[in-house]
Amino acid sequence: MQPQALNNDSLKATKAKSPQGWFTRFMRSPAFYPLVGLIVVTICMIFASDKFLTSANLENIARQVSINAIIAVGMTCVILTGGIDLSVGPVMALSGTLTAALLVAGVPGPIAIMAGLLLGAAFGIGNGIFVAYLKMPPIIVTLATMGIARGLGLMYTNGYPVSGLPEWFSFFGRGEFLGIQIPILAMVLVYIAAFILLQHTPIGRYIYAIGGNEEAVRLSGVRAPRYKLLVYGISGLTAAVAGLLLTSRLMSGQPNAGVSFELDAIAAVVLGGAAIAGGRGAILGTLVGAMLLGVLNNGLNLMSVSPYVQSVIKGAIILLAIFVSRKHHNR
Amino acid sequence: MQQNTLLVLEQVSKSFPGVKALKQINLSIERGEIHALLGENGAGKSTLIKILGGIQPQDEGTITLNGVTKRFNSYNDSVEAGIGIVFQEFSLIPYLNATENIFLGREKTNRWGLLRKQEMRTKASQLFARLGVELDLDCPVARLSVAEQQFVEIAKALALDVNLLILDEPTATLTPAESELLFQIMRELKSQGVTIIFISHHLDEIFDVCDRISVLRDGANAGVTRVDECDIDTLVEMMVGRKLESNFPPKPVLEIRPPLLDVREISLHRNGPSNSFQLRPGEILGFAGLVGSGRTELALGVLGAIPTHSKDVSVNGVSVSLKDPAESLQQGIGLLPESRKSEGLITDFSIRENISLNNLGKYSGALGLINHSQENKQTDELMSQLSIKAPSSESRVVNLSGGNQQKVVIARWLNHHCTVLVFDEPTRGIDVGAKAEIYTLMRRLTAQGFGIIMISSELPEIVGMCDRVAVFNKGSIVKVLEAEFINSEEVMRHATASVK
Repeated sequence: MQPQALNNDSLKATKAKSPQGWFTRFMRSPAFYPLVGLIVVTICMIFASDKFLTSANLENIARQVSINAIIAVGMTCVILTGGIDLSVGPVMALSGTLTAALLVAGVPGPIAIMAGLLLGAAFGIGNGIFVAYLKMPPIIVTLATMGIARGLGLMYTNGYPVSGLPEWFSFFGRGEFLGIQIPILAMVLVYIAAFILLQHTPIGRYIYAIGGNEEAVRLSGVRAPRYKLLVYGISGLTAAVAGLLLTSRLMSGQPNAGVSFELDAIAAVVLGGAAIAGGRGAILGTLVGAMLLGVLNNGLNLMSVSPYVQSVIKGAIILLAIFVSRKHHNR
Repeated sequence: MQQNTLLVLEQVSKSFPGVKALKQINLSIERGEIHALLGENGAGKSTLIKILGGIQPQDEGTITLNGVTKRFNSYNDSVEAGIGIVFQEFSLIPYLNATENIFLGREKTNRWGLLRKQEMRTKASQLFARLGVELDLDCPVARLSVAEQQFVEIAKALALDVNLLILDEPTATLTPAESELLFQIMRELKSQGVTIIFISHHLDEIFDVCDRISVLRDGANAGVTRVDECDIDTLVEMMVGRKLESNFPPKPVLEIRPPLLDVREISLHRNGPSNSFQLRPGEILGFAGLVGSGRTELALGVLGAIPTHSKDVSVNGVSVSLKDPAESLQQGIGLLPESRKSEGLITDFSIRENISLNNLGKYSGALGLINHSQENKQTDELMSQLSIKAPSSESRVVNLSGGNQQKVVIARWLNHHCTVLVFDEPTRGIDVGAKAEIYTLMRRLTAQGFGIIMISSELPEIVGMCDRVAVFNKGSIVKVLEAEFINSEEVMRHATASVK
């Protein structure tokens, strides 16, 4: 027995959408404050160094940022569900090293590349199984797999970089397409894909919803663990993409690469306005956050600020940014 | 100022964005009395307490304590003034014991800065002796019963030398025997000169222990009376402002039809009670019983939201496993959870996103992308069908009233092929007008063939709405009442009878 649709007597009372300008909506987006921050920091850098605002330097920044920005995409998805992924740095190194080793062993290029990407995704899915189905805390699970991935990479290579890669492989790290460097292009494509996933598919909606209230999602008949598993898979995959680009750029598989990359990725996500408890954030905010870190790095280098001091400045800016965004959210 | 008046509130008002929570409240508490503060959910009792506790100072009006005008800007202000509050949600640290909780933040230390444990323990046991309660001082409070935890809260307040103790719905989670013990403690404190403000929904309790009653309605004074000068009917009328009976839509005459949902057997635990029930199309089946009698657990077990030991269920005559809420949804069973905020809504989401949460498959095309215009259209339709009042479908659900929030969760299931709805405390914490709307909506749904299970702790609602009532007692359905046998006395009799 199937109930008919509710009768539409009260439909006449349809109300008009309250008018809301695009600017108001934009101001409320989590990416707004980070963007203001990026603009402010950029302006400061322009005044501080006359070498900053050159097209070569800006392209430099974009390329330098690309690795962290791509890792931060997966991290954004994970953090939106209320989780965290500490294993991205070692997973990046491990999958890049695998691709390098396979190439050196003469495995056909596409297979070697796929193997690296799949390894990253598999590691992520492994994290996801522990978190989503075995209900273990993400910080512990990924701390453990962080060590495992790093150890596996070092075991496999005895700690030595894998070099002697075929010449064509440098395309991903150093090549260009339509005049755009491949790492930058890859970053743009990954962000477009993530934007569509998060804003225009049911999966994206569930990712936000899980971070907002996982129990409500479950009780409304959506299988939440499935999507939690997925975000860790995405995180492993984006780490592997970053590993591919880095390995190609360096033309060697570095088992020790990516130390503290997880912190940079988390910093980009948080600077981008996402709530570390989940449910709130924007993928474009993360891009802005990664850019902000890149501009800071680059500008401080141009000003010949010591790396020790840079570290302190970056930490202070992250604290300030989070303070401002909390004030904003609590209003 | 009279000598025997302890606390006077004059013309106290408080507003929140969009709501006037308190409108020029006057309240006078006499020294040494037990004063009941009565009112429906949303009448302003909690706001009033938060003002007295210094948590949210009033916008206007004056508070006079012991003849001195006071303003409580922080919790410490009111503690210093001798006001102690036991909130509904306890503020105890679960892994600390009673003594440690009582002295939390005010630990007694020796000259080396080390804790004087023995002294604090002695003080704590003196406090419990004063209450006439014995409890294990070394046991983490998490392992004490709810009633015992409440006594710890009271002792904690007394340790601060309060002369005004405010108890916010202390009996809501207590068994009748525990409540009786609490009342003894209250009378004991009264005899020691402590003034008590007692908040409760249960009118019989108020007649049991209180001296005077102040009633609030919609944030305004609705009257003050001595207990011996009034009866339950007058109080109810003061609280709701009208007679209760008019609230419920008429019950239809139902023909017997094959059940929508046939739970032939379900038990949650091994060796636990085994239950069975049926839900027919067009009927409202009540799950009545005391808090903790296993109504919600059974419903969640049927839906697969919590694990069960064994389960044999048919939907529309077909055997199904209902292993999780997702499969229940596929079989057309929806849930309006007990707690809107923690189980129903994604509070950061808009109305649209909350409604379409489990409907997104309907709007996504071949590429898996959401068709936003279709989603918006469907949302607007549902909002007007259920008369959800909000500026737009993009409004965040946190800004809605309880009744509208509840309708948002209901709307989620109406956009489906659902035929069975489980409503867990559907009218908790919403105002009288919104309640009536929910009741009308429920009848509209049953008229269309839905079967509804309504879990409710409010007897009038069970009696007024249900076509049949399953009465729960200690995890078992002990009786299914029908037709003229559905009345408060019958329900309470079966709900409180001792189970063999």
